[in-house]
Amino acid sequence: MSYGIEVKDLRVRYKDFTAIDSTTFQLKPGKIHGLLGRNGAGKTTLLSVLAAFRKADAGSIKIDGEDPFENPRIMQDTIFIYDQHQDLEYLYEKIDKTLKETAALRPNFDEAYALHLAKKFKLPLNKKLNQLSKGKKSAFQAIIGLAARAPLTIFDEAYLGMDAPTRDIFYKEILNDQEKNPRTIIFSTHLVSETAYLFDEVLMIHNGEVLLQDTNEQVISKGFSITGSSEQVDDFTKNLDVLNSQVLGGTKSVMVYGELTEQQRHAANQAGLEIGALSLHDLFVHLTKEEEE
Amino acid sequence: MSTQFRNDKPIFVQVRERIEDQIVNDQLKEGDQAPSTNQLVQFYKINHATISKGVTQLVDEGILFKKRGVGMFVAEGAKQKLVQKRKQAFMDNYVVGLVQEAEKLHITEEEIIDLIQKAKKGDKA
Repeated sequence: MSYGIEVKDLRVRYKDFTAIDSTTFQLKPGKIHGLLGRNGAGKTTLLSVLAAFRKADAGSIKIDGEDPFENPRIMQDTIFIYDQHQDLEYLYEKIDKTLKETAALRPNFDEAYALHLAKKFKLPLNKKLNQLSKGKKSAFQAIIGLAARAPLTIFDEAYLGMDAPTRDIFYKEILNDQEKNPRTIIFSTHLVSETAYLFDEVLMIHNGEVLLQDTNEQVISKGFSITGSSEQVDDFTKNLDVLNSQVLGGTKSVMVYGELTEQQRHAANQAGLEIGALSLHDLFVHLTKEEEE
Repeated sequence: MSTQFRNDKPIFVQVRERIEDQIVNDQLKEGDQAPSTNQLVQFYKINHATISKGVTQLVDEGILFKKRGVGMFVAEGAKQKLVQKRKQAFMDNYVVGLVQEAEKLHITEEEIIDLIQKAKKGDKA
Protein backbone atom coordinates (compact mmCIF):
# COMPACT_ATOMS: atom_id res chain seq x y z
CA MET A 1 0.00 0.00 0.00
CA SER A 2 1.26 3.47 -0.74
CA TYR A 3 -0.26 6.90 -0.42
CA GLY A 4 -0.19 9.78 -2.86
CA ILE A 5 0.15 13.33 -1.58
CA GLU A 6 -1.37 16.60 -2.77
CA VAL A 7 -0.16 19.85 -1.29
CA LYS A 8 -1.83 23.09 -2.28
CA ASP A 9 -0.85 26.68 -1.42
CA LEU A 10 0.71 25.46 1.81
CA ARG A 11 2.03 28.06 4.23
CA VAL A 12 3.72 27.52 7.58
CA ARG A 13 4.88 30.42 9.75
CA TYR A 14 6.87 30.67 12.94
CA LYS A 15 5.87 34.03 14.40
CA ASP A 16 6.97 36.46 11.67
CA PHE A 17 9.18 33.97 9.82
CA THR A 18 7.56 32.21 6.87
CA ALA A 19 9.15 28.75 6.69
CA ILE A 20 6.98 27.41 3.87
CA ASP A 21 5.53 29.91 1.46
CA SER A 22 2.44 29.10 -0.64
CA THR A 23 3.84 25.83 -1.87
CA THR A 24 2.04 23.51 -4.26
CA PHE A 25 3.19 20.07 -5.38
CA GLN A 26 2.11 16.46 -5.67
CA LEU A 27 3.96 13.28 -4.77
CA LYS A 28 3.19 10.10 -6.64
CA PRO A 29 2.43 6.98 -4.63
CA GLY A 30 4.90 4.10 -4.55
CA LYS A 31 7.96 6.16 -5.39
CA ILE A 32 11.09 7.19 -3.53
CA HIS A 33 11.08 10.98 -3.46
CA GLY A 34 14.29 12.82 -2.70
CA LEU A 35 13.55 16.04 -0.82
CA LEU A 36 16.59 18.24 -1.32
CA GLY A 37 17.21 21.55 0.32
CA ARG A 38 19.92 23.42 2.15
CA ASN A 39 20.07 24.01 5.88
CA GLY A 40 17.00 26.01 6.80
CA ALA A 41 15.30 25.55 3.44
CA GLY A 42 12.19 24.24 5.17
CA LYS A 43 12.62 20.47 4.76
CA THR A 44 11.83 19.49 8.32
CA THR A 45 8.99 21.99 8.59
CA LEU A 46 7.41 20.65 5.42
CA LEU A 47 7.81 17.05 6.55
CA SER A 48 6.39 17.68 10.00
CA VAL A 49 3.24 19.13 8.44
CA LEU A 50 2.95 16.13 6.10
CA ALA A 51 3.35 13.83 9.10
CA ALA A 52 0.61 15.77 10.93
CA PHE A 53 3.01 16.82 13.69
CA ARG A 54 1.86 20.39 13.24
CA LYS A 55 -0.92 22.28 11.52
CA ALA A 56 -0.49 24.34 8.40
CA ASP A 57 -1.23 28.07 8.62
CA ALA A 58 -2.83 28.15 5.19
CA GLY A 59 -3.44 25.86 2.24
CA SER A 60 -4.34 22.20 2.17
CA ILE A 61 -2.71 18.78 2.37
CA LYS A 62 -4.34 15.62 1.14
CA ILE A 63 -2.75 12.27 1.85
CA ASP A 64 -4.57 9.39 0.19
CA GLY A 65 -7.36 11.92 -0.35
CA GLU A 66 -7.68 13.07 3.27
CA ASP A 67 -6.34 15.84 5.49
CA PRO A 68 -3.78 14.09 7.72
CA PHE A 69 -4.14 16.42 10.71
CA GLU A 70 -5.73 14.54 13.65
CA ASN A 71 -6.74 11.85 11.19
CA PRO A 72 -6.25 8.46 12.90
CA ARG A 73 -6.17 6.39 9.70
CA ILE A 74 -3.54 8.50 7.95
CA MET A 75 -1.46 9.07 11.07
CA GLN A 76 -1.33 5.37 11.83
CA ASP A 77 -0.14 4.74 8.30
CA THR A 78 2.53 7.45 8.37
CA ILE A 79 5.94 7.04 9.93
CA PHE A 80 8.17 10.06 10.40
CA ILE A 81 11.79 9.35 11.23
CA TYR A 82 13.64 12.47 12.34
CA ASP A 83 16.40 13.34 14.80
CA GLN A 84 15.04 12.02 18.10
CA HIS A 85 18.39 11.55 19.77
CA GLN A 86 17.54 13.84 22.65
CA ASP A 87 14.35 11.92 23.40
CA LEU A 88 16.18 8.62 23.14
CA GLU A 89 18.56 9.83 25.87
CA TYR A 90 15.72 9.36 28.33
CA LEU A 91 14.55 5.95 27.16
CA TYR A 92 15.80 3.25 29.49
CA GLU A 93 13.89 0.49 27.73
CA LYS A 94 15.82 -2.34 26.12
CA ILE A 95 15.90 -2.46 22.35
CA ASP A 96 14.13 -5.79 21.81
CA LYS A 97 11.32 -4.69 24.11
CA THR A 98 10.95 -1.37 22.30
CA LEU A 99 10.75 -3.14 18.96
CA LYS A 100 7.99 -5.37 20.34
CA GLU A 101 6.04 -2.40 21.63
CA THR A 102 6.39 -0.59 18.32
CA ALA A 103 5.15 -3.70 16.52
CA ALA A 104 1.98 -3.61 18.61
CA LEU A 105 1.28 0.00 17.59
CA ARG A 106 2.05 -0.22 13.89
CA PRO A 107 -0.34 -2.26 11.73
CA ASN A 108 2.20 -3.30 9.08
CA PHE A 109 5.23 -3.65 11.34
CA ASP A 110 7.31 -6.72 10.50
CA GLU A 111 9.08 -7.74 13.68
CA ALA A 112 11.10 -10.51 12.05
CA TYR A 113 12.41 -8.02 9.50
CA ALA A 114 13.24 -5.56 12.32
CA LEU A 115 15.30 -8.25 14.06
CA HIS A 116 17.02 -9.13 10.81
CA LEU A 117 17.91 -5.45 10.37
CA ALA A 118 19.13 -5.18 13.96
CA LYS A 119 21.60 -7.94 13.15
CA LYS A 120 22.70 -6.18 9.97
CA PHE A 121 23.21 -2.89 11.78
CA LYS A 122 24.92 -4.77 14.65
CA LEU A 123 22.48 -3.36 17.18
CA PRO A 124 22.80 -5.04 20.60
CA LEU A 125 19.21 -6.08 21.41
CA ASN A 126 19.74 -6.35 25.17
CA LYS A 127 21.16 -2.84 25.52
CA LYS A 128 19.11 0.11 26.61
CA LEU A 129 18.36 2.82 24.09
CA ASN A 130 20.05 5.62 26.04
CA GLN A 131 23.30 3.63 26.03
CA LEU A 132 23.59 3.59 22.26
CA SER A 133 26.04 5.74 20.34
CA LYS A 134 24.78 8.45 18.00
CA GLY A 135 25.17 6.28 14.91
CA LYS A 136 23.47 3.30 16.55
CA LYS A 137 20.58 5.49 17.69
CA SER A 138 20.08 6.51 14.07
CA ALA A 139 20.32 2.88 12.99
CA PHE A 140 17.63 2.03 15.54
CA GLN A 141 15.37 4.70 14.11
CA ALA A 142 16.06 3.58 10.57
CA ILE A 143 15.02 0.06 11.55
CA ILE A 144 11.70 1.35 12.91
CA GLY A 145 11.18 3.36 9.73
CA LEU A 146 11.86 0.42 7.44
CA ALA A 147 10.13 -2.33 9.39
CA ALA A 148 6.98 -0.23 9.93
CA ARG A 149 6.31 -0.58 6.18
CA ALA A 150 4.04 2.44 6.47
CA PRO A 151 2.24 3.52 3.26
CA LEU A 152 3.85 6.92 3.85
CA THR A 153 7.39 6.62 5.16
CA ILE A 154 9.38 9.78 5.85
CA PHE A 155 13.11 9.79 6.56
CA ASP A 156 14.28 13.25 7.54
CA GLU A 157 18.08 13.18 7.35
CA ALA A 158 17.75 9.85 9.08
CA TYR A 159 21.39 8.90 8.43
CA LEU A 160 22.82 11.54 10.82
CA GLY A 161 25.65 10.06 12.85
CA MET A 162 25.84 6.83 10.84
CA ASP A 163 29.28 6.03 9.48
CA ALA A 164 29.73 5.42 5.75
CA PRO A 165 29.40 1.60 5.80
CA THR A 166 26.25 1.87 7.95
CA ARG A 167 24.72 4.42 5.59
CA ASP A 168 25.45 2.03 2.75
CA ILE A 169 23.53 -0.76 4.50
CA PHE A 170 20.67 1.67 5.11
CA TYR A 171 20.45 2.68 1.43
CA LYS A 172 20.62 -0.94 0.31
CA GLU A 173 17.80 -1.92 2.62
CA ILE A 174 15.63 0.94 1.41
CA LEU A 175 15.99 -0.29 -2.18
CA ASN A 176 15.57 -3.97 -1.32
CA ASP A 177 12.55 -3.57 0.88
CA GLN A 178 10.95 -1.02 -1.43
CA GLU A 179 11.14 -3.57 -4.24
CA LYS A 180 9.24 -6.15 -2.19
CA ASN A 181 6.93 -3.81 -0.31
CA PRO A 182 6.41 -0.63 -2.29
CA ARG A 183 5.30 2.43 -0.34
CA THR A 184 5.66 6.17 -0.68
CA ILE A 185 9.02 7.20 0.71
CA ILE A 186 10.18 10.76 1.25
CA PHE A 187 13.89 10.96 1.95
CA SER A 188 15.20 14.38 2.87
CA THR A 189 18.89 15.03 2.56
CA HIS A 190 21.62 17.44 1.68
CA LEU A 191 24.12 14.59 1.15
CA VAL A 192 23.06 14.46 -2.45
CA SER A 193 26.08 12.83 -4.04
CA GLU A 194 25.79 9.58 -2.14
CA THR A 195 22.00 9.23 -2.17
CA ALA A 196 21.07 10.47 -5.66
CA TYR A 197 20.72 6.99 -7.14
CA LEU A 198 17.99 6.08 -4.65
CA PHE A 199 15.48 8.61 -5.92
CA ASP A 200 12.75 8.05 -8.48
CA GLU A 201 11.64 11.64 -8.15
CA VAL A 202 13.27 14.79 -6.90
CA LEU A 203 11.69 17.73 -5.07
CA MET A 204 14.11 20.58 -4.49
CA ILE A 205 13.12 23.37 -2.12
CA HIS A 206 14.82 26.64 -1.38
CA ASN A 207 13.83 29.34 1.12
CA GLY A 208 10.48 27.66 1.71
CA GLU A 209 9.55 27.42 -1.95
CA VAL A 210 9.64 24.64 -4.53
CA LEU A 211 12.62 25.18 -6.81
CA LEU A 212 11.98 22.21 -9.05
CA GLN A 213 10.22 18.89 -9.12
CA ASP A 214 10.58 16.14 -11.68
CA THR A 215 11.76 12.59 -12.15
CA ASN A 216 15.40 12.10 -11.22
CA GLU A 217 16.25 11.38 -14.85
CA GLN A 218 14.54 14.52 -16.13
CA VAL A 219 16.26 16.71 -13.56
CA ILE A 220 19.71 15.38 -14.47
CA SER A 221 19.00 15.68 -18.18
CA LYS A 222 18.54 19.43 -17.73
CA GLY A 223 22.12 20.12 -16.76
CA PHE A 224 25.39 19.81 -18.59
CA SER A 225 28.90 21.08 -18.63
CA ILE A 226 30.72 22.75 -21.52
CA THR A 227 34.49 22.78 -21.63
CA GLY A 228 36.83 24.36 -24.16
CA SER A 229 38.72 27.53 -24.95
CA SER A 230 37.40 30.52 -22.99
CA GLU A 231 36.32 32.47 -26.07
CA GLN A 232 34.41 29.64 -27.63
CA VAL A 233 32.75 28.64 -24.39
CA ASP A 234 31.67 32.24 -23.80
CA ASP A 235 30.37 32.50 -27.32
CA PHE A 236 28.44 29.25 -27.08
CA THR A 237 26.89 29.96 -23.67
CA LYS A 238 26.03 33.65 -24.06
CA ASN A 239 22.29 32.92 -24.30
CA LEU A 240 22.28 30.00 -21.89
CA ASP A 241 21.60 29.81 -18.16
CA VAL A 242 25.11 29.49 -16.73
CA LEU A 243 25.22 28.20 -13.15
CA ASN A 244 28.91 28.23 -12.52
CA SER A 245 32.16 28.68 -14.37
CA GLN A 246 35.79 27.83 -13.76
CA VAL A 247 38.85 28.93 -15.66
CA LEU A 248 42.19 27.18 -15.86
CA GLY A 249 44.68 28.86 -18.16
CA GLY A 250 42.91 29.36 -21.47
CA THR A 251 40.39 26.64 -20.75
CA LYS A 252 36.97 27.38 -19.38
CA SER A 253 34.43 24.95 -17.99
CA VAL A 254 30.88 26.07 -17.32
CA MET A 255 27.81 24.39 -15.90
CA VAL A 256 24.63 25.16 -17.77
CA TYR A 257 21.02 24.61 -16.76
CA GLY A 258 18.57 23.81 -19.55
CA GLU A 259 18.25 21.40 -22.43
CA LEU A 260 20.42 21.37 -25.53
CA THR A 261 18.90 20.90 -28.96
CA GLU A 262 20.50 18.52 -31.47
CA GLN A 263 21.72 21.54 -33.45
CA GLN A 264 23.35 23.06 -30.39
CA ARG A 265 25.07 19.78 -29.62
CA HIS A 266 26.28 19.59 -33.16
CA ALA A 267 27.53 23.18 -33.09
CA ALA A 268 29.39 22.51 -29.84
CA ASN A 269 31.07 19.46 -31.35
CA GLN A 270 32.01 21.44 -34.43
CA ALA A 271 33.60 24.11 -32.26
CA GLY A 272 35.60 21.45 -30.45
CA LEU A 273 33.73 21.95 -27.19
CA GLU A 274 33.35 19.06 -24.82
CA ILE A 275 29.84 18.41 -23.49
CA GLY A 276 29.52 16.53 -20.24
CA ALA A 277 26.74 15.54 -17.89
CA LEU A 278 26.05 17.13 -14.51
CA SER A 279 25.21 15.16 -11.42
CA LEU A 280 22.24 15.83 -9.17
CA HIS A 281 24.82 17.01 -6.62
CA ASP A 282 26.21 19.65 -9.02
CA LEU A 283 22.72 20.88 -9.85
CA PHE A 284 21.72 21.03 -6.21
CA VAL A 285 24.81 22.97 -5.15
CA HIS A 286 24.57 25.54 -7.91
CA LEU A 287 20.80 25.95 -8.15
CA THR A 288 20.58 26.72 -4.44
CA LYS A 289 23.56 29.04 -4.36
CA GLU A 290 22.94 32.46 -2.81
CA GLU A 291 24.18 35.60 -4.50
CA GLU A 292 26.89 36.53 -2.03
CA GLU A 293 28.56 33.07 -1.97
CA MET B 1 34.35 -4.34 -14.54
CA SER B 2 34.30 -0.65 -13.83
CA THR B 3 31.40 1.04 -12.07
CA GLN B 4 32.35 4.39 -13.56
CA PHE B 5 30.53 5.81 -16.54
CA ARG B 6 31.80 8.04 -19.25
CA ASN B 7 30.43 11.48 -19.92
CA ASP B 8 30.08 11.30 -23.67
CA LYS B 9 27.24 8.77 -23.93
CA PRO B 10 23.87 8.47 -22.20
CA ILE B 11 24.25 6.30 -19.12
CA PHE B 12 21.38 3.95 -20.03
CA VAL B 13 23.23 3.10 -23.25
CA GLN B 14 26.35 2.32 -21.26
CA VAL B 15 24.39 0.17 -18.82
CA ARG B 16 22.98 -1.80 -21.69
CA GLU B 17 26.41 -2.19 -23.28
CA ARG B 18 27.82 -3.54 -20.02
CA ILE B 19 25.16 -6.25 -19.99
CA GLU B 20 25.81 -6.96 -23.67
CA ASP B 21 29.53 -7.29 -22.90
CA GLN B 22 28.79 -9.86 -20.23
CA ILE B 23 26.75 -11.88 -22.71
CA VAL B 24 29.32 -11.62 -25.50
CA ASN B 25 32.19 -12.78 -23.30
CA ASP B 26 30.16 -15.59 -21.72
CA GLN B 27 29.99 -14.18 -18.21
CA LEU B 28 26.24 -14.43 -18.74
CA LYS B 29 25.24 -17.49 -20.72
CA GLU B 30 22.01 -18.07 -22.59
CA GLY B 31 19.33 -19.23 -20.18
CA ASP B 32 21.17 -17.66 -17.22
CA GLN B 33 19.33 -15.30 -14.95
CA ALA B 34 20.40 -11.72 -15.65
CA PRO B 35 20.94 -9.30 -12.75
CA SER B 36 17.72 -7.68 -11.57
CA THR B 37 17.12 -3.97 -12.01
CA ASN B 38 17.51 -3.56 -8.27
CA GLN B 39 20.87 -5.33 -8.27
CA LEU B 40 22.04 -3.10 -11.11
CA VAL B 41 20.87 0.03 -9.25
CA GLN B 42 22.92 -0.99 -6.23
CA PHE B 43 25.96 -2.06 -8.20
CA TYR B 44 26.25 0.99 -10.41
CA LYS B 45 24.59 3.46 -8.00
CA ILE B 46 22.45 4.75 -10.85
CA ASN B 47 18.77 5.50 -10.38
CA HIS B 48 16.05 3.02 -11.22
CA ALA B 49 14.59 4.79 -14.26
CA THR B 50 17.93 4.97 -16.05
CA ILE B 51 18.73 1.31 -15.43
CA SER B 52 15.23 0.26 -16.51
CA LYS B 53 15.60 2.16 -19.76
CA GLY B 54 18.73 0.19 -20.70
CA VAL B 55 17.25 -3.13 -19.62
CA THR B 56 13.96 -2.49 -21.43
CA GLN B 57 15.82 -1.98 -24.70
CA LEU B 58 17.47 -5.37 -24.30
CA VAL B 59 14.09 -6.94 -23.62
CA ASP B 60 12.58 -5.22 -26.68
CA GLU B 61 15.36 -6.55 -28.86
CA GLY B 62 14.91 -10.07 -27.57
CA ILE B 63 18.30 -10.24 -25.84
CA LEU B 64 16.71 -10.62 -22.43
CA PHE B 65 13.28 -11.94 -21.58
CA LYS B 66 11.13 -11.59 -18.49
CA LYS B 67 9.66 -14.47 -16.56
CA ARG B 68 6.86 -13.08 -14.46
CA GLY B 69 7.64 -13.11 -10.79
CA VAL B 70 11.02 -14.77 -11.32
CA GLY B 71 13.20 -12.25 -13.08
CA MET B 72 15.07 -11.62 -16.27
CA PHE B 73 16.92 -14.21 -18.33
CA VAL B 74 19.30 -14.25 -21.26
CA ALA B 75 17.39 -15.34 -24.36
CA GLU B 76 18.30 -18.19 -26.68
CA GLY B 77 20.44 -16.85 -29.54
CA ALA B 78 21.23 -13.62 -27.67
CA LYS B 79 24.97 -13.95 -28.06
CA GLN B 80 24.70 -14.64 -31.80
CA LYS B 81 22.52 -11.55 -32.25
CA LEU B 82 24.90 -9.34 -30.31
CA VAL B 83 27.98 -10.60 -32.12
CA GLN B 84 26.24 -9.93 -35.43
CA LYS B 85 25.34 -6.41 -34.36
CA ARG B 86 28.83 -5.70 -33.09
CA LYS B 87 30.44 -6.94 -36.29
CA GLN B 88 28.49 -4.29 -38.14
CA ALA B 89 29.56 -1.67 -35.60
CA PHE B 90 33.17 -2.89 -35.86
CA MET B 91 33.34 -1.51 -39.37
CA ASP B 92 32.16 1.95 -38.36
CA ASN B 93 33.90 2.17 -35.02
CA TYR B 94 37.28 0.72 -35.85
CA VAL B 95 37.93 -0.07 -39.50
CA VAL B 96 36.87 3.25 -41.00
CA GLY B 97 39.08 5.20 -38.60
CA LEU B 98 41.96 2.80 -39.12
CA VAL B 99 41.83 3.19 -42.89
CA GLN B 100 41.55 6.98 -42.67
CA GLU B 101 44.51 7.26 -40.33
CA ALA B 102 46.55 4.81 -42.41
CA GLU B 103 45.92 6.89 -45.52
CA LYS B 104 47.08 10.00 -43.73
CA LEU B 105 50.30 8.26 -42.78
CA HIS B 106 50.70 6.56 -46.19
CA ILE B 107 50.59 3.10 -44.69
CA THR B 108 49.88 0.46 -47.34
CA GLU B 109 47.40 -2.41 -47.00
CA GLU B 110 50.26 -4.90 -46.74
CA GLU B 111 51.79 -2.86 -43.95
CA ILE B 112 48.44 -2.77 -42.13
CA ILE B 113 48.14 -6.55 -42.32
CA ASP B 114 51.70 -6.85 -41.10
CA LEU B 115 50.90 -4.55 -38.17
CA ILE B 116 47.79 -6.57 -37.32
CA GLN B 117 49.83 -9.75 -37.21
CA LYS B 118 52.43 -8.08 -35.02
CA ALA B 119 49.73 -6.80 -32.67
CA LYS B 120 48.30 -10.31 -32.38
CA LYS B 121 51.72 -11.68 -31.40
CA GLY B 122 51.86 -8.99 -28.79
CA ASP B 123 54.93 -7.05 -29.87
CA LYS B 124 54.86 -3.39 -30.60
CA ALA B 125 55.60 -2.04 -34.05
